[in-house]
Amino acid sequence: MYRSILIQADDFSLDRALTELKAQSGLAGGLCFFTGAVRNSNLDDAVGGLYLEHYPGMTERQLDQIVDEAARRWQLHGAIVVHRIGHLKPGDNIVLVAVSASHRGEAFEACEMIMDYLKTNATFWKKESIPDGHRWVEARSSDQAKATAWDA
Amino acid sequence: MGQSELEILLEAPITVAALKSMIKLPNGETLNAASRTQTIMTAVDQEMVDDSAMVSVASEVAFFPPVTGG
Repeated sequence: MYRSILIQADDFSLDRALTELKAQSGLAGGLCFFTGAVRNSNLDDAVGGLYLEHYPGMTERQLDQIVDEAARRWQLHGAIVVHRIGHLKPGDNIVLVAVSASHRGEAFEACEMIMDYLKTNATFWKKESIPDGHRWVEARSSDQAKATAWDA
Repeated sequence: MGQSELEILLEAPITVAALKSMIKLPNGETLNAASRTQTIMTAVDQEMVDDSAMVSVASEVAFFPPVTGG
């Protein structure tokens, strides 16, 4: 199975990820892509931008283990995870999860599981700029519930 | 905890809970006490663990708030 896990300040390209996944992971019938982008509001405040930091070394390991877990559950041909760090503006891409499998069902489910686990297990933290200054984004219990649901 | 790095010399392996009782926040509260009112996650050698995990004398330990990526 092909896999690529990247943590980078630079933007990513969906077109390039699609080409890469097709070229590297054989003839997969189902390719599922999720992209997360920076929102312009949170908790009723306008958000002017985000600063993302992570725990170098551990984050890559966590993402690798999350992809391992997806590959254990579904027959995957390939997976690409790209997460951006540093300063981002509303509308900017933050995260890409792309998965290829023989059929759409596996691709949809694996993509969703990787995203749900990433939200609660990968060591990234967001600080947002709001009219009053800055604040660290707090974890949501709904994200934890979504990730835990995969373990049931 | 308001600090990016701290070196603690251990003579023998101890639990995460014991280590947390040795570390104080700027307000004087230990990490152990603080974890009763807020979620503090722990990684030992870059693996998430709970309070009963062991910390060896050469371990890299990190304490952090719940993650918010994606």
